[in-house]
Amino acid sequence: MNSIIKMEAERAAIAQRSDWLGILSRSIGGELEALATDLTSGLAFEWLRAPHVGLVMVRGRAGGTGNVFNLGEMTVTRASVRLEDGTVGHGYAHGRDQRQAELAAIVDALLQLPDRHDEIMAKVIAPLRQKAEARRLEQSRKAAATKVEFFTLVRGENPA
Amino acid sequence: MAYVAVKGGEQAILNTHRLISETRRGNQALAELTLAQISAQFGLAVDRVMAEGSIYDRELAALALKQAQGDMIEAIFLLRAYRTTLPRIAASEPVDTSEMAIRRRVSATFKDIPGGQVLGPTYDYTHRLLDFALAAEGLERSQAVVAAAPLDEQVPQVIDLLDSEGLIEEESDDGQEEVFDLTREPMRFPAGRDQRLQNLARGDEGFVLGLAYSTLRGYGHNHPFVGELRLGEVMVEIVPEELGFPVAIAEITVTECQMINQFRGSAEKPPQFTRGYGLTFGHNERKVMAMSLVDRAMRARELGEDVRYPAQDEEFVLSHADNVEANGFVTHFKLPHYVDFQGELQLVRQLRAEHEATREAAQMKEAAE
Repeated sequence: MNSIIKMEAERAAIAQRSDWLGILSRSIGGELEALATDLTSGLAFEWLRAPHVGLVMVRGRAGGTGNVFNLGEMTVTRASVRLEDGTVGHGYAHGRDQRQAELAAIVDALLQLPDRHDEIMAKVIAPLRQKAEARRLEQSRKAAATKVEFFTLVRGENPA
Repeated sequence: MAYVAVKGGEQAILNTHRLISETRRGNQALAELTLAQISAQFGLAVDRVMAEGSIYDRELAALALKQAQGDMIEAIFLLRAYRTTLPRIAASEPVDTSEMAIRRRVSATFKDIPGGQVLGPTYDYTHRLLDFALAAEGLERSQAVVAAAPLDEQVPQVIDLLDSEGLIEEESDDGQEEVFDLTREPMRFPAGRDQRLQNLARGDEGFVLGLAYSTLRGYGHNHPFVGELRLGEVMVEIVPEELGFPVAIAEITVTECQMINQFRGSAEKPPQFTRGYGLTFGHNERKVMAMSLVDRAMRARELGEDVRYPAQDEEFVLSHADNVEANGFVTHFKLPHYVDFQGELQLVRQLRAEHEATREAAQMKEAAE
């Protein structure tokens, strides 16, 4: 019984970490820098992997649901750090922003520290999530304004 | 004959680099273009360069366009060359286009579709008259209307409406694990659909468009309907080896086209609609529509149709769709071929001398008789 509870907890922890890593990676143009610089400046860490740019082959499916094919590549930057207490953080950033990958790795490490977790979630992850959602909402509302409202022309007699 | 290296021209080449730099910059009295300006205001050019350069990175594509003075194929070439300098980190999970954050979505087959017809940003309904207001500077431009409510978060694929009746062929994963990759292996024939779709996705828009057009004009059997055309953002998910679980590392813009085609049926299969598919990076509608038509045409063999026309001939299409390769081969002829040509020159002189000798001999023989 205990092992089931433990597995569930592990799964939830993984889902949560996947979520914040994604939010950090997908943030755009200096958003992370603005939110995380104060929290990370002066923090001692060593590089496990200095920030470097690489490619991810993006895949699609024939017809959207069929066999997999290679669509093309995209640039991605990644970095890994170790804090003084040994906590390892991995950072990813879409595109080629090395600073973003570095900050993402440090923030990932800090989020794993129980005494810092809530604070960092509130100060970094929540605002990044809000910005992304606001962008998505705005785009969607602009698209919604171009939705066609069909109406039927009633053919009838000339109005009396 | 050994290859003969000819020295010289070094200074001329250095000077041409400086001249092209000055030419690219143009009138110095005007402000220089920034990458942000190119990316923001020449968005569709950037999208095409990303799709055919086969790297999703707006800034790099903008840089390539700036460096190439707007020459698309040169810019695409620059991106392809750049990619060879970077390591491959991972291959993504297949993007799920049914989860797309929709910005445009239309169907030509059904008027009333769940989620509606969303025109989005398009030139389709413009008059194609030059807008001289755009030539004027400092004017305020129209702003988008913002609706009170967003679109539905889940917009179902139109094609699924037909799928439930079995009227259209199903697209399902046959579980094949190995995915063909043109960047790592040479072209293979007969080609799988994975190879064909990758080739078309990065193939030249003009070439693919011309082939698609040919299928509609009788050089193929296409009677197409656009089941759905959608534009929007999809998540790119990878499973980093250091983590072992998936992370949605990016959100990218893609265009997708589901083309529906007639199929008369065969001894085994009842009549049914068949499908052609188009998907590209960025906003590239013309390209995805053309891609889906050519994809369908190249399925002739697998559907038991006669392969009679260029667009149905996968070897012809796939071997010629890549504009970096085509450009390289066609334009290399302007580079020095001095030695080759000397050889040809000698040969033609010799042939002419032989021809003359034969003619003279024949004349003498005629005169003697």
